[in-house]
Amino acid sequence: MVKYKAKVYVLLKEGILDAEGKVTKNALKTLGFNVEKVKVGKVFEIIFETTSNDNPESVVEEMCRKLLANPVVNIYEYEIEVLDEK
Amino acid sequence: MTKKIGVVVYPGTNCDFDVVHALKIAGAKPFRIWYKEISELNDVDAIVIPGGFSYGDYIRAGAIAAQTKITEKVREMAENGMPILGICNGFQVLVESGILPGALTVNKTARFVCKWVHLKVVRADTPFTSLFEENEVIKMPIAHAEGRYIPDKNFSTDLVVLQYSNEKGEVNENSNPNGSYLNVAGISNKGKNVLGLMPHPERASEKILGGEDGLRMFKSLLEFLKR
Repeated sequence: MVKYKAKVYVLLKEGILDAEGKVTKNALKTLGFNVEKVKVGKVFEIIFETTSNDNPESVVEEMCRKLLANPVVNIYEYEIEVLDEK
Repeated sequence: MTKKIGVVVYPGTNCDFDVVHALKIAGAKPFRIWYKEISELNDVDAIVIPGGFSYGDYIRAGAIAAQTKITEKVREMAENGMPILGICNGFQVLVESGILPGALTVNKTARFVCKWVHLKVVRADTPFTSLFEENEVIKMPIAHAEGRYIPDKNFSTDLVVLQYSNEKGEVNENSNPNGSYLNVAGISNKGKNVLGLMPHPERASEKILGGEDGLRMFKSLLEFLKR
């Protein structure tokens, strides 16, 4: 088994109004920052194991498709690192 | 025969007792079904998925409830024609599970909206709207943070059942409380046996609450079941 750590970033697609991002942008501007755009999303840090034959990317892809992201409104990216090989 | 209506309860659902109360007023025999007791669904004439905050709205509202075994069973029953009504968080579960097309995301204002709204009944030919007139304007309360409807490739305007409007029935940006595409407040599947809506009919089921238009939705369902 191989132990991995994945960091998954989920954001709204371009073209879908990011209401939280807009509010956050305005709040940052109120604080005096020269902000042009803010996108608000979610980060998932996931520690998981697979057999050495399994492709960890396809496992994370499946997690995204089934639960972490909604393909109608979201885009996602991820990074995967190996934590431990047994 | 009194019609049995199963009211699905996930961890975090909180409108189940109100829905049961309203269904009783409408003349049904409702009972709550805990999400683990899937077999209780075998004995129902219709299903209501009530509002609340299933699984704390974690990830996205309705996303985790959509992946439960009971929702998988609800999907099978939906495909076989069972009347299913999803209210608020129940609607979110229906879109997240793909039983209804599209998605519901954070309101345009990024605020929780809680108020009475006017709705235009676009289609009176569903099991849930048969006691309304087409184009009738009705009133129900909404209470949600993630109610902005976004269509996907399976959406078509024929599926729109309710739209946010003003009291004259005009559908425009001013009468849109959350930024929903085409002011969508409720949509059905192609078979019309599944309806999801953000407004709360159970909170508009007694005069003392401010209106009875929601009760007519439950009564429509019972009329349909008697046929």
